[in-house]
Amino acid sequence: MESVAQNIIPSKSATGIEPVIEILHLQKAFGSNVVLRDFNLSIYPGENIVVMGKSGIGKTILIKCIIGLVKPDGGTMRVFGQDISKLDHRELDELRMRIGFVFQSSALYDSMTVRQNLEFPLRRHRRKKISGNIEDLVREALKNVGLENAIDLMPSELSGGMRKRIGIARSLILNPEIVLYDEPTTGLDPITSEEITRLIMELQQKYKTTSIIITHDVDLAKETANRIVFLSDGIAYLQGAYDELIKKDDPLIKQFFKK
Amino acid sequence: MAAELNKRKTLFSKGLDSFFEGCAELAGFTAQVFKEGIKPPYEFREILSQCYEIGIKSFILVGVTAFILGLVLVMQSRPTMVEFGAGSFLPAMSSISIVREIGPLVTALICAGKIGSGISAELGSMKVTEQIDAMEVSGTNPFKYLVATRITATTLMIPILTVYADCISLMGAFTGSNIKDQVNIHFFFNRVFEALAYKDIVPSFTKTFFFGFAIGLVGCTKGYNSKKGTEGVGKAANASVVIAMLSVIVIDMVVTQISSMLGYL
Repeated sequence: MESVAQNIIPSKSATGIEPVIEILHLQKAFGSNVVLRDFNLSIYPGENIVVMGKSGIGKTILIKCIIGLVKPDGGTMRVFGQDISKLDHRELDELRMRIGFVFQSSALYDSMTVRQNLEFPLRRHRRKKISGNIEDLVREALKNVGLENAIDLMPSELSGGMRKRIGIARSLILNPEIVLYDEPTTGLDPITSEEITRLIMELQQKYKTTSIIITHDVDLAKETANRIVFLSDGIAYLQGAYDELIKKDDPLIKQFFKK
Repeated sequence: MAAELNKRKTLFSKGLDSFFEGCAELAGFTAQVFKEGIKPPYEFREILSQCYEIGIKSFILVGVTAFILGLVLVMQSRPTMVEFGAGSFLPAMSSISIVREIGPLVTALICAGKIGSGISAELGSMKVTEQIDAMEVSGTNPFKYLVATRITATTLMIPILTVYADCISLMGAFTGSNIKDQVNIHFFFNRVFEALAYKDIVPSFTKTFFFGFAIGLVGCTKGYNSKKGTEGVGKAANASVVIAMLSVIVIDMVVTQISSMLGYL
């Protein structure tokens, strides 16, 4: 039985390219519950990373640390070369314009229509020079996710799959360089999950984004990941391409892929 | 016996802990409101939208309640006042009662129930469904956009609602006077305004700003800090109503005492 944890401390890639996200010795605990113990990971431009692991192991906390929604207890986190912990509010806002976040629950604003939901990030990030008018950008974002007709609907009138699509459209409307997906197919039927997977791949190819996808969905991981990282016991336990990982004799990996 | 006493002591100390934790939570939130709310840019559009949601949409409820209270006040006071030969003092009595106490207090209590619980439930459910996080990643300071705007709106709208409630309540009092007697509207309102003095209006109007601030602050604190899950949202809304109502009554008592010390009573 092979069970070798690979908590590799990252560095420059073999080609000398700087990582867009560099996480070193990340630590986060909630009281006595240590979620991230010593997490290390480097993500390079254009990579699609899938993070897998048991529920409650700290995957969502990891991406919330990357975007500055959760403050880590220790370690260093560099995004586009900037240390997240040293940024003030304004600098963090500037950085967030370059990162899209797709929430597990879609997090659409209940009191706003789909149009207003999509307009919100455009209107709020005032300092960003937006090319084209807001109406055109909203329509293009909806066209990308195939929901042009939903523009004037309220979130309560949308199905689960539609909400996910609108959530993706909202996170991509500012043309981010990095997109963080938090369980994009959770709670969806297999057909809709497949549609969302296809949509994520299409958008990644179209916008050339770097992605981190948190998921339990093996099919999604198989389709989208350049590299799969297993989070266990607060560290990057094992990582590699899907084809490499399924050959591993590790019990945790076997459990995940036994389907 | 000793075990029972210890159990009571534990319950008492837990209650005391929870009370002081609540006070600290409110104090911390107040400090953050001033810190974030004072810094530009200001969210004028959202403040206006909240003024509409909080103020304009409460006009019917506040109006109906105020009218009925004015009417009932006169109908219940009239027999005793007439018995003592003081029937002609009904307009003066109702105006002072309404302007000094009934108008501000009843408006604040209605708003503590309607607005306080609404704010708390809205912010609580936004937190549970990650809408507050989504706002933050969209380049918006949720504290400024959601909390400071709502507290500003309640602080501005409760005084306006109170003035409106006072007017409607006086109309109710006039209607009440006309049920048993024939009272001329000019005579009634002349007596109302003759009886009112600067010292009746200033403290009662001033305290409504504090009522509004307290209602907004409690609603936002409970909603924003609500624990995850729908049960947490319900509990936050419930706690917000109870604490906001209690705060209004405590503020009323303090303002009355201060007014008395300053010679306004």
